[in-house]
Amino acid sequence: MDVQVSVYRYNPERDDVPRMQDMTVAVPDGKDLMVLDVLERLKAQDPTLTYRRSCREGVCGSDGMNIGGTNGLACVTPLSEALKKGRLVLRPLPGLPVIRDLVVDMSLFYRQYEKVRPWLINDTAPPAQERLQSPEEREQLDGLYECILCACCSTSCPSFWWNPDRFVGPAGLLQAYRFLADSRDTAASERLSALQDPFSVFRCRGIMNCVNVCPKGLNPTRAIGHIRTMLLRRGI
Amino acid sequence: MSGMRTLTFDAIVVGGGGAGLRAALQLTESGVKTACISKVFPTRSHTVSAQGGITCAIASDDPQDDWRWHMYDTVKGSDYIGDQDAIEYMCSVGPRAVYELDHMGLPFSRTREGRIYQRPFGGQSKNYGEGGQAARTCAAADRTGHALLHTLYQANLKSQTVFLNEWYAVDLVTNARQQVTGVLALCIETGEVVYIKARATVLATGGAGRIYASTTNALINTGDGVGMSLRAGFMAQDMEMWQFHPTGIYGAGVLVTEGCRGEGGYLVNGEGERFMDRYAPNARDLASRDVVSRSMILEILEGRGAGPNKDHVLLKLDHLGEETLTKRLPGICELSKTFAHVDPAREPVPVVPTCHYMMGGIPTSVEGQALMQDDAGQQIGVDGLYACGEAACVSVHGANRLGGNSLLDLVVFGRAVGLHIRDRLAEESESLAASDTDIEAAMARLNRLEATESGESVADLRHELQNVMQLSFGVFREEKAMLEGLEKLRSLKERIAHVHLEDKSRAFNTARIEALELDNLFEVAFATAFSALERKESRGAHARNDYPDRDDENWLKHSLYFPKQQRVGKRDVNFSPEKVASFPPKMRSY
Repeated sequence: MDVQVSVYRYNPERDDVPRMQDMTVAVPDGKDLMVLDVLERLKAQDPTLTYRRSCREGVCGSDGMNIGGTNGLACVTPLSEALKKGRLVLRPLPGLPVIRDLVVDMSLFYRQYEKVRPWLINDTAPPAQERLQSPEEREQLDGLYECILCACCSTSCPSFWWNPDRFVGPAGLLQAYRFLADSRDTAASERLSALQDPFSVFRCRGIMNCVNVCPKGLNPTRAIGHIRTMLLRRGI
Repeated sequence: MSGMRTLTFDAIVVGGGGAGLRAALQLTESGVKTACISKVFPTRSHTVSAQGGITCAIASDDPQDDWRWHMYDTVKGSDYIGDQDAIEYMCSVGPRAVYELDHMGLPFSRTREGRIYQRPFGGQSKNYGEGGQAARTCAAADRTGHALLHTLYQANLKSQTVFLNEWYAVDLVTNARQQVTGVLALCIETGEVVYIKARATVLATGGAGRIYASTTNALINTGDGVGMSLRAGFMAQDMEMWQFHPTGIYGAGVLVTEGCRGEGGYLVNGEGERFMDRYAPNARDLASRDVVSRSMILEILEGRGAGPNKDHVLLKLDHLGEETLTKRLPGICELSKTFAHVDPAREPVPVVPTCHYMMGGIPTSVEGQALMQDDAGQQIGVDGLYACGEAACVSVHGANRLGGNSLLDLVVFGRAVGLHIRDRLAEESESLAASDTDIEAAMARLNRLEATESGESVADLRHELQNVMQLSFGVFREEKAMLEGLEKLRSLKERIAHVHLEDKSRAFNTARIEALELDNLFEVAFATAFSALERKESRGAHARNDYPDRDDENWLKHSLYFPKQQRVGKRDVNFSPEKVASFPPKMRSY
């Protein structure tokens, strides 16, 4: 079976403006490929086609892109689900500068991640063994630590599109809450102070695009809600 | 070199996976000016795919647990060619390295007592094989590698390690005295080529599972460090030893963790029989990986496979119940649904042995310094070159790695190499110099690709290479097929040397990276072929139909592949641990 693919192309050395290129690729009958498999076949045809990929199983977060209008990971999106009216349309993640084809410059995204100080802070001397944590305390981290930094959420968020330099965005805030929720972390107060401005957290308008696109099924909006509550409680 | 920038550091770490990040962290925290060079953003490294856990005697599940028992299991698992000084170091330092991960914030699963949760894994025992199955693998659900890699990256952010992300190390720069003075690296985004000079170069580039057509490994696992090291003329050790993981998802190659069997899952053949009972009456499904993979292939070869083509077996998990599956194996449920269209809570997962791990690699001392041989055949350190993690062969895994030991290897030896380099740099400040000619030599591959006008494509040649390895150097091997394989590799060598790079652009040119990676895949495959032919016995993962028995008289040895002479030699295995009596070779059964 032949599949029609429309791919966003931009090579900074050759193109003044980006364009959509139509390509055709043969896929085996009776077998559902992933979008990444389709990309690999396209690249065999045209080696200049450029995208990131690594694990090909949805855990490394390299191949986040806009697939038929929705952000997702190419390696775990079946072609059958991605086809819209018989066509596969592939664009880079929206809202970030394009380096080439489907590869975006993620610096701003990473900067927002780093801003929340995504590491454990504990000002007491570590014990000789592990710091004890009950299963219930550990459960608080479920749905938070699994983030793969693919940027599907933040680049689907209109608030992040408008203020990518000042709104931390869903991915960064999910990590902010991951450390606020960790019973081993002692820096909650400093962490909250760093977020207490009109932009870092409060630009979230609860649109929930982040929840809809997260390939790991995580819920950044809920985490942001928890941070809001903590900030408001502190204010009282 | 006119026009080329030089960046200078005390130490550089090539690779941003678990081993590289742990090494970089140790170095940065020690005040050594360090850069970590990674061809992908570090959290995209293959450590992220590790699932089941990190094996270590922290005595959480069993308060009596002892690192010596872990050492015994690892020596036995290695089929007695793991170096006992290195295994002793790993197993005894392990608990400290794991506790450090907890202190950095790794979200381990927990026991009721609040300690780190441990699950049973293959090849684990209590009391030196006498006390039954142990549960020694520390886990963060079935996403331990992800949790570990992100935690280490975060710790490096905290310590302000310098990262050169999406930079590709092309080749080592070596001088006339065979000292390594740094690497030539390519900034992928801009295409700029830079000489990165350092007193110490650490290769932590991971494995090379992509030499096989069917592998659990990420697309980036192309053996770059081993390839670079071989091209520079340094030897590689035990390259015939490739682990085939019993449970790769049939058709997709994606891994499902041994932890599935640790939590109580088991394998059945097409007739619904729990066949491991016949092959390993004691450990059953938790025998070590080489044993289980061979048993699976034998079931398939004897016509008892599952499915319409009887070409795989089934991993049964439904009896564990939805709650255990959701809590302990959530990632597996997700992967099974995505790649096998199967819900493990209801149906068994189709699985087949799949290339998973390179036990061989760059031989190093316990401190992580790369080794070479002097004219008299004595092992000496390569000045300026270090390796850790899967790229290295220290050797703790010998002929077969135990599940959960790779993550421990990463953190223990990443840490060790960092400590060692810190001490070395404090002692000697003399910098190593390379001439313009030395640097120009490292440019050779880039220049060659730049000049190509026609030739075969990278994708076609890579595909052919992978099929040769799959057919001739798989789970079972024999001379005839291997010789045929080697002949095909020889002809591929010539063709790969003339591969065509159509796209000569500079900005984010992944076609150029893939062409460079192909050379590394080839180097690793070639070394594998020579070493596999030379080892005329069956040991661990190296199973030969024409030499079915272990031959301790001739082959209780490491193999060494010398790339310049295309010759294989031998090296003694270390049987001299410091704190315990050595474990002599025994018959290995599970």
